Amino acid sequence: MHGLIARTLQCFLQDTYGQTAWQEIAHNADIDFADFEAMLDYETRVVEQVLDAAVTRLDKPREAILEDIGTYLITHPNNEGLRRLMRYGGVDFIDFLHSLEDLPGRARLAVADLDLPELELTDSSPGQFLLSCHGSLRDLPGFGHVLVGVLRAMADDYGALVILDHRGALDGAEIVDITVVETDFAEGRDFDLGAALPARRSSAL
Amino acid sequence: MSLPPETMDTLCPMYLQIGADGCVRRLGPTLHKLLEGRCGRGMPFAEVIQVFRPKRVTTLPSLLEMAGRKLQLRLCCGPRMTLKGLAMPDGEGGAIVNLSFGISVVDAVRLHALTSTDFAVTDLAIDMLYLVEAKSAAMEASRTLNRRLQGAMLAAEQRAYTDTLTGLRNRRAMDHVLHRLLRGGEQFAVLHLDLDFFKQVNDTRGHAAGDQVLQAVARIMLDLTRKEDTVARVGGDEFVILLAGLTDVARLSELAERLIRRIERPIPLDDALCRVSASIGIALNRPGNDAPQAAEALLEQADIALYTAKRLGRGQHAFHEAESVAGPR
Repeated sequence: MHGLIARTLQCFLQDTYGQTAWQEIAHNADIDFADFEAMLDYETRVVEQVLDAAVTRLDKPREAILEDIGTYLITHPNNEGLRRLMRYGGVDFIDFLHSLEDLPGRARLAVADLDLPELELTDSSPGQFLLSCHGSLRDLPGFGHVLVGVLRAMADDYGALVILDHRGALDGAEIVDITVVETDFAEGRDFDLGAALPARRSSAL
Repeated sequence: MSLPPETMDTLCPMYLQIGADGCVRRLGPTLHKLLEGRCGRGMPFAEVIQVFRPKRVTTLPSLLEMAGRKLQLRLCCGPRMTLKGLAMPDGEGGAIVNLSFGISVVDAVRLHALTSTDFAVTDLAIDMLYLVEAKSAAMEASRTLNRRLQGAMLAAEQRAYTDTLTGLRNRRAMDHVLHRLLRGGEQFAVLHLDLDFFKQVNDTRGHAAGDQVLQAVARIMLDLTRKEDTVARVGGDEFVILLAGLTDVARLSELAERLIRRIERPIPLDDALCRVSASIGIALNRPGNDAPQAAEALLEQADIALYTAKRLGRGQHAFHEAESVAGPR
């Protein structure tokens, strides 16, 4: 598994629950190094061990933690760079949803060996969308829950009012129901194309 | 032109329509933004855009001669950046010039607070901005890793060059410095110091006591030498000190004597005092006077001098014969 994903899990735990919690989780997960490196590769099993240890230590369901990671990716100040990259997806939330299918390609453009599950968006009726993450159960189990967190945070970022529902798996794909109630519900956050990218501690991209 | 203006505005937000009279008829909305209203409609096109490559163009006929070719130009009353342009006849005696930022898009966006609606959706500009940001972020992550690896490498090197018992340099580190000094053609002295009566301490008081003696002796050597000198433990109770820039025999004699006297002071160990002494052999590297030396030869000279000192009785120092101007003490 790409180090960026493993590193994201670590930074989420450190930034949200503190260094001590991270060290306990890392210890309980039996990993024999202090930090995940964003630009190295790790065995999926090792990352799963850390996630399992976090579930026990934080006494939170796995799905809830995964969704929190998605929200953290967009909202935490350390990840401003990633939020900006996501905002390139479109001028409003609907536009952004339509750009989701490009997401794995865009991720590869930035980091050539970062493989994200293939995404497919279908609109059933106006404001009603179905997002399928193909192959995520095999390669990145739980990716759909992270995506729900990301979508929730991006809706806030655009100021849209949406209802999200992880519907479980179908044929190895995770399915997320998206209902856009209103695209201009709230103010949203600024996105200035020309804002210089500040040098940051790199948690994720 | 028969196309509705909105069509042109949306398809090419940075276009410029020039009438048959050579004056600007219309501007795309993004170009209008760049010019900040300071020049535009009704003005001769050469007062709005300055085409300077492939050659200077100021009249409509010469502009139309360049039809289909890549133009480089600047705005007369806008930012100084170079834009790319493409001119084609509009079918009514005038011309349409479409402009693009090319590689300067990153600066342009920052300078003019452009947004994604300022670009045609088919324009790759936004994707390029995305790529620039994504690459900087990925590069930063890579650099972070490199910095951490470098830190770890330095720490590992430090450990590899340190004698863990005494905290002095080890033989590896000493060899490294010795070769550097020789390569740099520097003058320096090599002191080979061997403890006397150390074996007795080890035999009668145990290895823990021996270790404490070694640590105490290490502190003495560090105390009496300069910060830039290299003090290394090269064997059980053998040490080498490299003194850069110091080849004065009298001063070296004095240093050797002070080292020996200090080491001979009783060392407090738990509830008793422990006595050892030291013998020192000294070799000099003086590239100006002597033939250049190899590291091994220099260490061997210091070793020979050490045995000369030992033969004179314990607690003595000696220079290698070639330098024995002052002679053994």
